[in-house]
Amino acid sequence: MTSQSVTTTAPSSGPSRQTIFVGILLVLALAAPFAVYPVFLMKGLCFALFAAAFNLLLGYVGLLSFGHAMFFGWSAYITAHAAKEWGLTPELAILLGTAAAAALGAVVGWLAIRRQGIYFAMITLALAQLMYFVALQAPFTHGEDGIQGVPRGHLFGLIDLSDTMNMYYFVLAVFVLAVLFLYRVLHSPFGQVLKAIRDNEPRAISLGYQVHRYKLIAFVISAGLSGMAGSVKSLVFQLASLADVHWHTSGEVVLMTLLGGVGTIFGPTAGAYLVVTIQNYFASAGSWVTIIQGFIFVICVLAFRAGIVGVFAPLLKKRGIEA
Amino acid sequence: MMTLFGIPAGALFGQLLLGLINGAFYAMLSLGLALIFGLLNIINFSHGAQYMMGAFVAWLGLTYLGTNYWVALALAPLIVAAFGILLERTMLSRLYKLDHLYGLLLTFGLALIIEGFFRQLYGISGMPYAVPKELAGGWNLGFMYLPIYRAWVVIASLILCLGTWVLIEKTKLGAYLRAATENPALVQAFGINVPVMITLTYGFGVALAAFAGVLAAPIYSVNPLMGSNLIIVVFAVVVIGGMGSIMGSIVTGFMLGLLEGLTKVVYPEAAGTVIFMVMVIVLLIKPAGLFGKGA
Repeated sequence: MTSQSVTTTAPSSGPSRQTIFVGILLVLALAAPFAVYPVFLMKGLCFALFAAAFNLLLGYVGLLSFGHAMFFGWSAYITAHAAKEWGLTPELAILLGTAAAAALGAVVGWLAIRRQGIYFAMITLALAQLMYFVALQAPFTHGEDGIQGVPRGHLFGLIDLSDTMNMYYFVLAVFVLAVLFLYRVLHSPFGQVLKAIRDNEPRAISLGYQVHRYKLIAFVISAGLSGMAGSVKSLVFQLASLADVHWHTSGEVVLMTLLGGVGTIFGPTAGAYLVVTIQNYFASAGSWVTIIQGFIFVICVLAFRAGIVGVFAPLLKKRGIEA
Repeated sequence: MMTLFGIPAGALFGQLLLGLINGAFYAMLSLGLALIFGLLNIINFSHGAQYMMGAFVAWLGLTYLGTNYWVALALAPLIVAAFGILLERTMLSRLYKLDHLYGLLLTFGLALIIEGFFRQLYGISGMPYAVPKELAGGWNLGFMYLPIYRAWVVIASLILCLGTWVLIEKTKLGAYLRAATENPALVQAFGINVPVMITLTYGFGVALAAFAGVLAAPIYSVNPLMGSNLIIVVFAVVVIGGMGSIMGSIVTGFMLGLLEGLTKVVYPEAAGTVIFMVMVIVLLIKPAGLFGKGA
């Protein structure tokens, strides 16, 4: 499917085009809160991280999970509970939420990779619905109300995150580190094996790879990072609610990835910002958000399977930039 | 009052009847999903929305045209099936050569559109649909009270399920269908119009969902969201049963409905989750599903 990135070492000295491209994006991200409403930017970053984590499975292992909201939502609950009831500092609360999501991912992944393709999607969806019911009934989640008024706290006990700018740069730092981690994973020998499994699973098996083990590790990483996104989101909005664990959220992350470009580095981010923009713009218009999202799904599947970034990726690739 | 295992018999049988009715809906919906999957290799995510449409067509007919329940039961499946065939011809048929996951994503998008429109028009509070007067009332069986309509739902769904089974396993048309499921290219080479068969199969699966929707209208209120939560449970039912056999889908559907009803009596907190728990156990013991073949 995607041709492997031949490490295009810059022929001469100076930064490669890839570095310049990423550098420009970073500068834009650093300057953005002075031009755009920071809470919107933070929401976009949280969902961008969520979609990037989801994309690891769909884009690079070929597994369509329809239940990623369980990782996103449950780690939001755990981080919110830890920060509010136990008084943990934000970084510890986020790590706790991430670890919980990874642990849940290990169990769910272990169950779900027993089946493939469409069954995998249905199993993850059903398990997510199971976790939704648990969230609905567990007392600490406060049912329909959710966990409200979560304190953002002081990062490392020093930096006050109730300041919006501090919070924004913290969220940006988490996002950049997580995406760098994903990039590293994908460009490691491990990542190459994942792509081999995606492109030809029987051949990967015949070459002696423990395919199930690779899939499971990828699933755990994806679940953990989805959890990290949910944890950060619960601090940004100071709220963890049932909406985050609902199947609708699982569908939204699929949409973001599909719209932005499955199997690209920056596609999920572009998709996340577009979907969040639509949500904000039509928030007061009842069910129109759902209807529009449905139409985008249909259009993407029928006519636009490469996604926004996927369309430009081949052009950029010629210039030595991996998008 | 008579008790069984320390549970009042009336409550026990009442819940088992409710479970049987839920099971009837699981069976009808998973049957349609399995049929569609067999020939189209697509999981029809809009199945729940099409079930909801069946209920809505019945409600709209009664409210605006005064058509009664029996007319709705006959016409709603045809109307919704026609809509389904339109979707299949214009959109789904473009995806057969691609990864099966695209079919799932497309039908998910369609489900969002359909549900969104009905929610925009009718809200989420749900509209009551009166039980037809021929089936109103109930019988007192001594150990429990049996509403006639509920008995009718169980009987009607059993007839429908078994009729479908006979159609597919015992008739010539069913033989073509089974053959096309195994090897469409070969069946086409024998001069059978497989694309038309695919379209009609999709229409038939959708009609089953709409028929279930009409049956459901007097029991549950007619609500734009009635399908979306049900369909996720039906997916779990399909994973448990495996989509390999028609009879398997029917039996699994009814069994899980009964189990759910029983759970409501014994341990009500788990009633919403018991089917998912069974799915986990089946995945551990027999990953291919109870009636499934291969992985």
